[in-house]
Amino acid sequence: MNIAVCVKEVPSGTSHKRLDPATNRLDRSGDSELNPFDLHALEEAVRIREGSADVGEIVAVCMGPPSAQRALQKALALGADRAVLVSDDSLAGSDIAGTAHVLAAVVAKQDADLVILGQQAADADCYVMAAAVADHLERPVVTQVADLTVEGSGIRAKRQTEHGYDVVEAPLPAVVSVSDAINTPRLPSIKAIMGAKKKPLETLSAADAGVDSGRVGESGAQSIVRAVAPPAPKAAGVTIEDSGGDSASQVVEILAGKGLI
Amino acid sequence: MPGILVYVHHDEGELSPQSLGALTKAASLGGEVTAFVAGSGVDDAWAGSLGGHGAAKVLVADDPALAGGLPQPIVDAIESSAREADVVVFGAGVVSADIAAGLAARIGAGIACETTEIAMVDGGVVATRPALGDTVMVESGFRGTGIVLARANAFPVNESPSGSAPVERVAVDVKPWSQAAKPAGREEAEAAGVDITEADILVAVGRGMGGPENVPLVEQLAKAIGGEVAATRAVVDAGWVPYSMQVGQTGKTVSPKLYIACGVSGAIQHKVGMANAGTIVAINKDPNAPIHEFADVSVIGDALTIIPKLTEALTNR
Repeated sequence: MNIAVCVKEVPSGTSHKRLDPATNRLDRSGDSELNPFDLHALEEAVRIREGSADVGEIVAVCMGPPSAQRALQKALALGADRAVLVSDDSLAGSDIAGTAHVLAAVVAKQDADLVILGQQAADADCYVMAAAVADHLERPVVTQVADLTVEGSGIRAKRQTEHGYDVVEAPLPAVVSVSDAINTPRLPSIKAIMGAKKKPLETLSAADAGVDSGRVGESGAQSIVRAVAPPAPKAAGVTIEDSGGDSASQVVEILAGKGLI
Repeated sequence: MPGILVYVHHDEGELSPQSLGALTKAASLGGEVTAFVAGSGVDDAWAGSLGGHGAAKVLVADDPALAGGLPQPIVDAIESSAREADVVVFGAGVVSADIAAGLAARIGAGIACETTEIAMVDGGVVATRPALGDTVMVESGFRGTGIVLARANAFPVNESPSGSAPVERVAVDVKPWSQAAKPAGREEAEAAGVDITEADILVAVGRGMGGPENVPLVEQLAKAIGGEVAATRAVVDAGWVPYSMQVGQTGKTVSPKLYIACGVSGAIQHKVGMANAGTIVAINKDPNAPIHEFADVSVIGDALTIIPKLTEALTNR
């Protein structure tokens, strides 16, 4: 079996996230990184390969600006065998539906039996991409999977809902998104980082990828940002920099002052 | 007024409070709202009771293929009704989000996630969400049919519903591939001795606590301060503590007087379950953790070092 892992480049956790007031799009000029939630998707693909399943190849798929090559290099260092980046000016400003269309179009060309996504993107905080991609591909989907087993020609996935844990079985080919608790991603070795540079990284235009140009970019977006505003003001909290546990007495004092203890 | 369709989720007949809240919110916008329920052997009177939550009419999709509670058959069932609507509203929930996402792909609709406010502006629906770690409010409108997915607990349930709405049954045609995934059982939530929603003080354990071997540190703090232990989804998924202790989108919603978050990052899924706590104390060594944005007292430091000292200081008072 072959596995495709959909990944995204997001602004890094330490960079200041803001919307560009000119476009109302996310300002991507700062440092960026591979979406942390996607590390779990890549780790799970490698874990499946290391298990009993016979995995032919793991391909990382991404839609993003040319800089997303760096995120894909990391995906290669983490165990993907090759990577495909769909990068095209016409894709900038695509909404969720448009992005799902692009990812599905690229994945459809990869001969992947199992498609794995992270549970959400750290910048958008949406957790809808897997189910949208699955609908385009007309494949079964299980999202936010906390425990995944590949058994013969199918998968068995445990996932948390509002009612506890549900177990779902589905035949391959299938699409899953994995919870960030499914595994602990390994750090890539220096050797793997160096080796990643020798692995194939293909860049496709939107046309190469078979994208319907009417569904992508700002013109194809069906949801439109109308306005951006600051949130309702909230009283600023107290910040205490701890050193060796010396904050404990201050915290007790504050709680006592509020009559909480 | 645009046509508003609200998908109302249920789990084996137990209606989702998130869906009911979304229905009541949609009905408050001024127009007539249609509710949509899917299942197998759906009772008309039960479906009609959604009138008490604001539905003017209830569409029922009733088919054996809709019995399992999985999302993909429901996308097939709601598709044609959704195409006739101007906006389709979903309450928060794992399965509801999957249906909303599949439907967005199916009909090529825009989708607004994590919505905390819905309004009518110039005859169209506008959805507002907090974004980028809740540092900015983003208002979105739609071309064509829009899909609005609410944030957990964004819209309260009408606690005293009365009345009923007429019920209409819709044709259902579930595709074979939509039925490929099959439910294979549910693990019953392991019961803990206490109901964390009743506690005045909660001490929550997050992944920043390192491992299950450190959960006793949090238990000792909870004991010293007279509270109970709560947890994030991540540590529940990892098996440190039972599901019944989980706070957040797929766990409990709590509003204690004091919430001490130990090694909790403060992801949205957790925040929606505890943001209404009276006082939030966050202990986390990562100064960029989102929880420091909304905690009343932010301690930047190593929870493993601080918590025993805090327990000691409380015990010695």
